[in-house]
Amino acid sequence: MTNGFMLKLPKYLFFAALPAAVVCSGPLAGSKARQGVLSMPTHQDTLRYPRTFGLGRVVSQEEIRKLDIDVRPDGLGLPPGSGQAAEGKLLYARKCAVCHGEGGVGGPSGSLVTSTTATAPSPQRRTEKTIGTYWPYATTVFDYIRRAMPFNEPGSLSNQEVYQLTAYLLHANGVIGEQTVMDAESLPRVVMPARERFVSDDRQGGPEIK
Amino acid sequence: MNPQEEKKDGVIAQKITRRALLGGAATAAVVIVQTASGKAVQAAIPEAKYLEDPTKRPGVPPGELGTRSSFEKPLKKISDTSSRTPLQDLYGIITPSDLHYERHHNGVPAIDPGTYELLIHGMVDKPMAFSLSDLKRFPSVSRICFLECSGNYRSQANGQIAPQEICGLTSQSEWIGVKLSTLFREVGVSPKATWFLAEGSDAAVMTRSVPVSKGWEDAVIAYAQNGEAIRPEQGYPARLFLPGWEGNASVKWLRRIELSDAPFMTREETSKYTEPVRDKYRQFSFVMDARSIITYPAYPAQVQKGWIEIRGIAWSGRGKVLQVEVSTDAGKTWQQAHLQPPILDKAHTYFRYLWEWKGEETEIMSRVTDETGYLQPTYRQLTEARGASGGYHFNPITAWWIGRDGKVLFRST
Ligand code: HEC
Repeated sequence: MTNGFMLKLPKYLFFAALPAAVVCSGPLAGSKARQGVLSMPTHQDTLRYPRTFGLGRVVSQEEIRKLDIDVRPDGLGLPPGSGQAAEGKLLYARKCAVCHGEGGVGGPSGSLVTSTTATAPSPQRRTEKTIGTYWPYATTVFDYIRRAMPFNEPGSLSNQEVYQLTAYLLHANGVIGEQTVMDAESLPRVVMPARERFVSDDRQGGPEIK
Repeated sequence: MNPQEEKKDGVIAQKITRRALLGGAATAAVVIVQTASGKAVQAAIPEAKYLEDPTKRPGVPPGELGTRSSFEKPLKKISDTSSRTPLQDLYGIITPSDLHYERHHNGVPAIDPGTYELLIHGMVDKPMAFSLSDLKRFPSVSRICFLECSGNYRSQANGQIAPQEICGLTSQSEWIGVKLSTLFREVGVSPKATWFLAEGSDAAVMTRSVPVSKGWEDAVIAYAQNGEAIRPEQGYPARLFLPGWEGNASVKWLRRIELSDAPFMTREETSKYTEPVRDKYRQFSFVMDARSIITYPAYPAQVQKGWIEIRGIAWSGRGKVLQVEVSTDAGKTWQQAHLQPPILDKAHTYFRYLWEWKGEETEIMSRVTDETGYLQPTYRQLTEARGASGGYHFNPITAWWIGRDGKVLFRST
């Protein structure tokens, strides 16, 4: 995500002002750390740490932008551009079908599209996890294709192409209409079928088997 | 030495005899081989040399790089996407670096340590980049910990499956690096930051969201493993290391950390590395639950009547191993195994149990209790608790059936 908004935050001199031991075990540590995750007393030798070691270099926003390709579910980080299913379909046939199957079903690298199986007695969803049955956020489709696909040529797609492919795969999975335009505004608003089924881990250690 | 090894040695000895008859003298010289670049280096002593009386001939001089005995051939078991540690061939708690398991999502990248930088940005006072030499100049930390892939359970109906294939996606090293908290202080992480994204510079540009609390607690940016620079397969020149947590979150070839106030919901924390629990899908299941496995005797070993030292490893992502119990009667009764020190936090711990096998058919198995009181479940208990079988974070008790002929086969619990 591009962090224009971070720059508006006040400078926090918070850590430098506190003893390091407090930083590690005190209120700043997230709730998970206080849930009794056992650990070594890692903060002990930070007590004598100077405020700074003077190592590393401060980087500019331009430099950050070159590497900062991630996209959050709220859309933060989505680039300009837009795409629709029809354009994505052509691109998919050319660049993706060889590994993920025609129409996104049954390729050697796994299906991306939810389908019904011909042999099933009644129309039945494939048990295979696909974008339509298992992905909780549409933004992940964009983020993942942009960073990692096509597998043999990662990072080769333009933002426009990634929007087109995202629109195609969401449409093929029955999540959006054929004409729906995917862009930085619309993509975060797509509600995925699997969204409600995802829950955060609540295992805490102790005798309970979860 | 178990009977199988004896047999193996017998076969080798015969082979050598024949070879030696055909001209043993020619192979008796000191073993020096040419590398591709034409440099002479010491190589492993070939099997033929072992026929000679080693006290009657000068041995090989010191070398630049050590070797394994040519009788010892531990190998990782590879698939398209991973390679597994041969747990049944190892002793103690440290995994030799070249036998550390691998799991990566689009191969091992080649990264120049001279130009490598780790960028830390997002909700920080000062976005900064640290070179490898910067990272090495910070105060260092060392931890001996296991690293385990959360998809680390396989079974086999016919029982012919070795520990390596059942759960060889766990390995243990001494990891050396700089504490992430040290770098967090350096960049001034905002108290409002709750998650950070860790990103690798491999062809998958691997990304995972990690709670900031783990960064303050015990996360390490590791650049060394078992006394030397981290190997390329393990994240050279630097990786994230999260003690006790599922391997995928310890992003290798780490190039970027971005502080945020929400998780990023990357593909590896939604579509993958999530598991069905009843009618839900559980995500961010970071901690590896306690687990143990007997690595001897285990398939493909064959045992003989008499005293057997049952050996294995136990570990927990939540802390130390409290106890390991062994059953030699298919789980009816349990006895304390001896824990071999050191017993470290979030680390493979070696256990041993002396048992006299009288030749009856039986099943042996181990179960670990960690210091939080978690007792390793059976396969059935796990599937019942989750209302689902398989998937990630599967750590069931593993049993070995022993037949009257001494054959050892895997049994599900
Ligand atoms: C050379 C084969 C190949 C090609 C071509 C390819 N992929 Fe993939 N794809 C893979 C493999 C292998 C994986 C699994 C990677 C992993 O698990 O790390 C994958 C995974 C995916 C996933 C994640 C699936 C899931 O359920 O988690 C998506 C989405 C995807 N590919 C989209 C695409 C798109 C879009 C294209 C075309 C631009 C494409 N792929 C081209 C091999 C390929």
